[in-house]
Amino acid sequence: MPGNARAQLLLDLADDELILGWRDSEWTGIAPTLEEDVAFSSIAQNEIGHARALYELAAAELGTNADALAFDREPDEYRCAPLVELHLMDWAHTIARRYLYEEADRVRLDALKASDDVELAGLAAKIDREETYHRLHAEMWAGRLRDEPRFRDAVEELWPYALGVLAPEQRAELARRVGLEPVDAKERGSHTSELAELWNEMTEVRRSAPGATW
Amino acid sequence: MIFEVFRQEKKGQPFTHAGSVVAPDAAFADAWAREQYGRRGESEALWLVPRDAVHQVTEWADEFDLKYRRVDGYSIKERLRIARERAGTASS
Repeated sequence: MPGNARAQLLLDLADDELILGWRDSEWTGIAPTLEEDVAFSSIAQNEIGHARALYELAAAELGTNADALAFDREPDEYRCAPLVELHLMDWAHTIARRYLYEEADRVRLDALKASDDVELAGLAAKIDREETYHRLHAEMWAGRLRDEPRFRDAVEELWPYALGVLAPEQRAELARRVGLEPVDAKERGSHTSELAELWNEMTEVRRSAPGATW
Repeated sequence: MIFEVFRQEKKGQPFTHAGSVVAPDAAFADAWAREQYGRRGESEALWLVPRDAVHQVTEWADEFDLKYRRVDGYSIKERLRIARERAGTASS
């Protein structure tokens, strides 16, 4: 894989994990129950930890550092899939996204674990060990809400976005896993205005003191 | 349902009561307890027990003065030393 394609792939992954981790952390303090609050916040932190590890690999490739990649780019330079940037402050949609994202992430991680890129395959295996718990959590919730119309509608609404997390050749596998028919995907590469709002908040501290060491 | 959570810090140590989680079933209790009592590597193992499964004892009959049953001030050390010598298992 040429260097820039590898860096781009790493940024796709890292941006997905950072932005979803950020979105999920918006539930901290207000999740439906205290126990879920703790669990959901912990999962959000894990995703941001995965993002950091991926940014570090990309940074080595691009001659920069993880913080600069995470915070110093303009909103339209982020590579994240539209699924992760949506501002969903409704539990049915939030769980539908977590469930669909975890299923898509599994397809993607399985492919990365089998990659010839030893460094990336190793990191994917490490990330996958934590994702096991995220999947447990997502499947448990999806199982419980499966018969709720609000949840089913949310899954259907987010389905084109979920397909956009994966490369086209991986989408049939995702459709098989979640039992839905493939449709036109909401592709990576353009952003909603919701990302710019998130970016403003996410980078505020960093921008308040450019070049500071934390 | 309320699940009482018992936590073992290291292999071989006794489980001690850590707290509780309120969860609709065992699968949720499992996921939530992992995050609350194990995500920082602070536990070797957890026991999750539905509170209803706990047989609690709180009533004590203490009608007579049974202080003579206590062993306060009674030293077993010397007896133990002699018994060990007799059995040939003295620990020095």
